[in-house]
Amino acid sequence: MAELPTPRTRPNGQGARLLVVDDNKVNRLLLARNLELQGHRVALAENGLRALEMLRSEPFELMLLDIEMPELDGFGVLALLAADPALRDVPVIVTSSLEGVAHVVRCIELGADDYLHKPVNPVLLRARIDSSLEKKRLRDQLQALVRRFATSEVAADLMQSGFALGGHRVQATVMFSDIRAFTALVESQSPEETIELLNTYYALMFEAISAQGGVVNQMIGDGLMAIFGAPRALDDAPLAAVRAAQDMIEMIGLLNTERQAEGKPALAIGIGIASGEVIAGYTGTQTRATYTCIGDTVNLAARLEAHTKPAGRPLLMDANTAAALAGRVAVQALDAVQFKGKAAAVAVFAAQGGAL
Amino acid sequence: MTPIVDLPTLTELQSNAGADFVIELVDTLVAEAPGMQAELRAAWAEGATQRFRRAAHSLKTNAQTFGALRLAEAARKLELHGLPPDAAPLDELDACCHEALAALQALAHG
Repeated sequence: MAELPTPRTRPNGQGARLLVVDDNKVNRLLLARNLELQGHRVALAENGLRALEMLRSEPFELMLLDIEMPELDGFGVLALLAADPALRDVPVIVTSSLEGVAHVVRCIELGADDYLHKPVNPVLLRARIDSSLEKKRLRDQLQALVRRFATSEVAADLMQSGFALGGHRVQATVMFSDIRAFTALVESQSPEETIELLNTYYALMFEAISAQGGVVNQMIGDGLMAIFGAPRALDDAPLAAVRAAQDMIEMIGLLNTERQAEGKPALAIGIGIASGEVIAGYTGTQTRATYTCIGDTVNLAARLEAHTKPAGRPLLMDANTAAALAGRVAVQALDAVQFKGKAAAVAVFAAQGGAL
Repeated sequence: MTPIVDLPTLTELQSNAGADFVIELVDTLVAEAPGMQAELRAAWAEGATQRFRRAAHSLKTNAQTFGALRLAEAARKLELHGLPPDAAPLDELDACCHEALAALQALAHG
């Protein structure tokens, strides 16, 4: 009689958390046994619906999925996973004894990583699982890296649509913001204090912008550019941008209270907002690119931000943005301004900072 | 003639999963098989093609796991050919199932 196999210790000292989905008890127990002997931790589901419930309630690193099941079969599970952004990255290895290549092709087309025929050979099982887990690990690493250097929205866009240089026309609201008299401030304090101040400033500004659905896509020194409505469409982008700007001004007010208590000079920021058509997409080269928006709307937002200083107002916006607010935020029409590069004078509107 | 149980397949299963575990697994099959056979017969009586195919498929998969070749072949025929015109193939499958479970119990317990 054969010796009892003992569980194998995996190189990382801990097995993966796996979900086995099969309506047949013998199949479930045997697969679970093989996986546990390979050092993994296994949970069991007896049909597709139960599997989806479990996937939505706890994290799994990989799923082994049968096809022929009552309630919801394996094809149905694969289709629902593919449509669910939270679950579509879970690697799936199909284990089935359905005959014919068509089933295998359908599974792969629906997003399965691999297909193993039953009875499953344990050596093959180990190799396929290790391979799928390694691919998942690399994919997770890549996602983490992309999220570090891009906004989560851009990261999601990249992961979903892939990377391609080029843009498309979208309706969006663009915001520019910077710290007034920042150069003088830098010269009056140590480099460490400046970096600490910038980190605090950006943390506050990111919070205000992302809370309203905006995306900070450029940071240059003390300035930043944010987009509302790209890469993902946003309902009522002009109002979201103005609300974010008011929150930013309010947060700077709170920060100034702390700074003044420490005997440090107060900060002032200027914000320019413009709405309209922009060309959004990835610019650069195939090896180094950034997600950005370009066009007249972007240029106008930058001009408005620069104009906050001579206008003596912290928040300026264009006519499109002011009109879109439709009275939900009180705005005041200022004198039209002849901006550089513009043929005609541009209507400028001001809003008070902070909630009105 | 096709053997009831292919010994190399069963031995390999014992080697991979452990002989004691295979005893448990055979006991599980003994407990589950009557339900699968009943489901097969009920699906046939109701003309439920999908259920019939699924039940035959399930029996086939389990039989292949243990190397129960005759049972696997009988179940495979039903899975691929669908609802038979009379109950003779079901009776044949029941007979194959009976002999396979008896053989597996004897072999697994050594």
